[in-house]
Amino acid sequence: MNANTLEINSGRNEEWRINLRKTLKTKERTVIPRIKMPETEPLDRIKSYVEVNSGLTEEQAITEAQRCLDCVNPTCIEGCPVNINIPGFIKSIETHNFNNAIRVLKETNALPAVCGRVCPQEIQCEASCFYQTKLKKPAIAIGHLERFAADYERISGKVHIPETEAKRDYKVAIVGSGPSGLAAAGELVKLGYQVTVFEALHEFGGVLKYGIPEFRLPNEIVNFEINNLKKLGVNFKKNFIIGKTADFDDLREEGFSAFFVGSGAGLPLFMNIPGENFIGVLSANEYLTRVNLMGANKDDYDTPVFKGKKVAVIGGGNTAMDSVRTARRLGAGKAMIIYRRSEDEMPARDEEIQHAKEEGVEFLTLNNPVEYIADKNGRVNKIMLQKMKLGEPDTSGRRRPVPIKDSEYLLKVDLVIVSIGVSPNPLIPMSLPKLETSKWKTITVDPETMQSSIPDLFAGGDIVRGGATVILAMGDGRRAAKNIHNYLLKEMQSKQASGINKID
Amino acid sequence: MAKIISKQILSEKVVQLEIEAPRIANKRKAGHFVIIKIGDKGERIPLTISQASIDMGTITVVVQAVGVTSYKLSKLEIGEEVTDVVGPLGNPTVIERMGTVLCAGGGVGIAPLLPVVEAMHYAGNRVISVLAARSKELLILENEISVFSDEVIIVTDDGSYGHKGLITEGMEMAITREKIDQVIAIGPAIMMKYASMLSRKYNIPTLASLNSIMVDGTGMCGACRVSVGGQTKFVCVDGPEFNAYDVDFDELLMRLGSYTDEEAESYKRILT
Ligand SMILES: Cc1cc2nc3c(=O)[nH]c(=O)nc-3n(C[C@H](O)[C@H](O)[C@H](O)COP(=O)(O)OP(=O)(O)OC[C@H]3O[C@@H](n4cnc5c(N)ncnc54)[C@H](O)[C@@H]3O)c2cc1C
Ligand code: FES
Repeated sequence: MNANTLEINSGRNEEWRINLRKTLKTKERTVIPRIKMPETEPLDRIKSYVEVNSGLTEEQAITEAQRCLDCVNPTCIEGCPVNINIPGFIKSIETHNFNNAIRVLKETNALPAVCGRVCPQEIQCEASCFYQTKLKKPAIAIGHLERFAADYERISGKVHIPETEAKRDYKVAIVGSGPSGLAAAGELVKLGYQVTVFEALHEFGGVLKYGIPEFRLPNEIVNFEINNLKKLGVNFKKNFIIGKTADFDDLREEGFSAFFVGSGAGLPLFMNIPGENFIGVLSANEYLTRVNLMGANKDDYDTPVFKGKKVAVIGGGNTAMDSVRTARRLGAGKAMIIYRRSEDEMPARDEEIQHAKEEGVEFLTLNNPVEYIADKNGRVNKIMLQKMKLGEPDTSGRRRPVPIKDSEYLLKVDLVIVSIGVSPNPLIPMSLPKLETSKWKTITVDPETMQSSIPDLFAGGDIVRGGATVILAMGDGRRAAKNIHNYLLKEMQSKQASGINKID
Repeated sequence: MAKIISKQILSEKVVQLEIEAPRIANKRKAGHFVIIKIGDKGERIPLTISQASIDMGTITVVVQAVGVTSYKLSKLEIGEEVTDVVGPLGNPTVIERMGTVLCAGGGVGIAPLLPVVEAMHYAGNRVISVLAARSKELLILENEISVFSDEVIIVTDDGSYGHKGLITEGMEMAITREKIDQVIAIGPAIMMKYASMLSRKYNIPTLASLNSIMVDGTGMCGACRVSVGGQTKFVCVDGPEFNAYDVDFDELLMRLGSYTDEEAESYKRILT
């Protein structure tokens, strides 16, 4: 066990925890079956945007919390990218102390209601759970419990307001309101800074709003987190594009002393195959944005969206699953995932793949589009697909898909959603020629401090990692915030030493 | 929220609105556009900035009521507010001293042409503007364009004003008469297609400012994509101006018709 985990888990030796462990024998705990998340019926849920997972009841949560053995060596903490004190919050749930559970979660996770819903726990904390690794039993449902505690806080109205330090005379600008930006804003406002979040779109939340559908993450939850930040004093400015509406230099002149860039990986990739610009072939970002951000699925909204009957979604990630499940909800009788590898290689979360299958999505794995064909008006009506087989593993460790010769065939479709990945949003790097970027166009930062080649500019999330996850983006935001604080403390000291009291 | 400071009706369906947006006014250059949205349930549409005043903190846009959003916008009155305005977006027009520049504008395309004419004039070019409209009543901004043009050639489809004919005929009058170093064409896609076919015949470098469908305007969705020189480009971040010879105008025309049915339906709904 590393020293860090030991420290995080020091609460284990508190009296209440010691006593709690004695209330049930290990055997009694391990025989409890893992709770199954209550879900809306597949045939009901595809008729609406209702959240698929409906959340645990108090009783279910407490029973699930009893399964946790409060291990001496909680490997789950090491599996968590932000090292949440997992036994700490779970044991609080076991004792009914939900407020303490949320307090523990919020020590390291700014957005537990979001992460409890969208984190790939099955490959992180839950994959390192003692049940899974040693007992060969299903892991503790850590994600469901995290969500439970966060929802309890929201619904009960007993919101844990973190303490903020005395106001400092320094302004910090956050570029982008995705999870990395929100996390950085939350941390900096607690440290007493005057924080303004600048967002290009007309809504806050980044991918949490425009990408992830409401049946997986209701907007209400994202808005709740944003309102909490507003209550703490964070300023939010929408319709404001850094590099366009104002440059970094303008903001420096307006008194901003440091910047966090969390501008995400917005640019959708296409395959550059013939026919890709036909009408009815669109990126997952466009499709999801039209629905999630612009309300195109609702009659009284102005934005249109194609309601395909035979929809093909190209790709095997979360974005592809979200798109194909959206298509089902918009009335597609046939909604298909087309993926060039096999199901084992799919990067989407297991839960999403499972939910998609329950909702009647067809999986055409080991298939790859080579061309799109359209009617006389240019509207796509067929895809030429090529069959694939798996070859040797590539650099990512996944087996490389190899085309099978002369295996092409035509598939009838009326809508195609391309979801093969994104590359970083170029707006910021374009506006800062001196900023160091990688060959993948991500912003280069010191991985310890998240500081870029421009000293007052820190960055994190997808703009640094390429497409990653909510939890990593959030972790970056917090880490950057702490280092922005250190950076500004040094600036203050050196200004004071040279006789200037304040950075203007 | 951005307040409407002044409003002018330019023709039957075309209005000019001056909108309060000091930051955008400060940063905008010729060629830039904004995305606007009206109401919480509105859609996002791009509009080129035709003029701006840093002193007043305002930008001016010209809008033709052809769909739901442009209709709603054209109905807003002084003192009312546009819910969302963001920009300036896109790359500005490259303004240089090139010699003689022919600026060709058709229909409401004359509005986005205005800042280009102005900037080309101040950069020391001889500017010939060719303005085309279906009829005299539909011709907009003639006076404003004249201020910065060495010559203005007007063509109308019905001959009710200026020369009778198409924009290409007006352009050809200037091209056959004197040496033109650069053509800039802004207007309906079909007009730009023919304008660039003509200038290509005479080997004159030509820029076209494309008016694709957009959603975010920041490179995030790809709704605005268009083939240029055989490569897919995003109009909002790579454009909106491109070398007209390389633009696949037929594809642009096709893609512009993507949502015709859906739009016609909602337009009908708000008109009734
Ligand atoms: C459909 C979809 C489903 C996903 N599902 C999951 C999942 O289940 N689990 C998971 O962990 N991850 C998931 N991800 C990935 C996850 O959402 C991202 O890794 C995460 O949101 C990245 O956060 P971020 O803060 O870096 O950027 P983003 O969330 O991308 O936010 C960036 C924000 O910055 C704004 N912006 C950009 N440039 C500027 C500028 N110049 N000025 C002002 N604002 C600007 C953008 O408009 C945007 O709002 C999914 C992604 C998608 C697209
Ligand atoms: S409008 Fe979305 S990428 Fe250009």
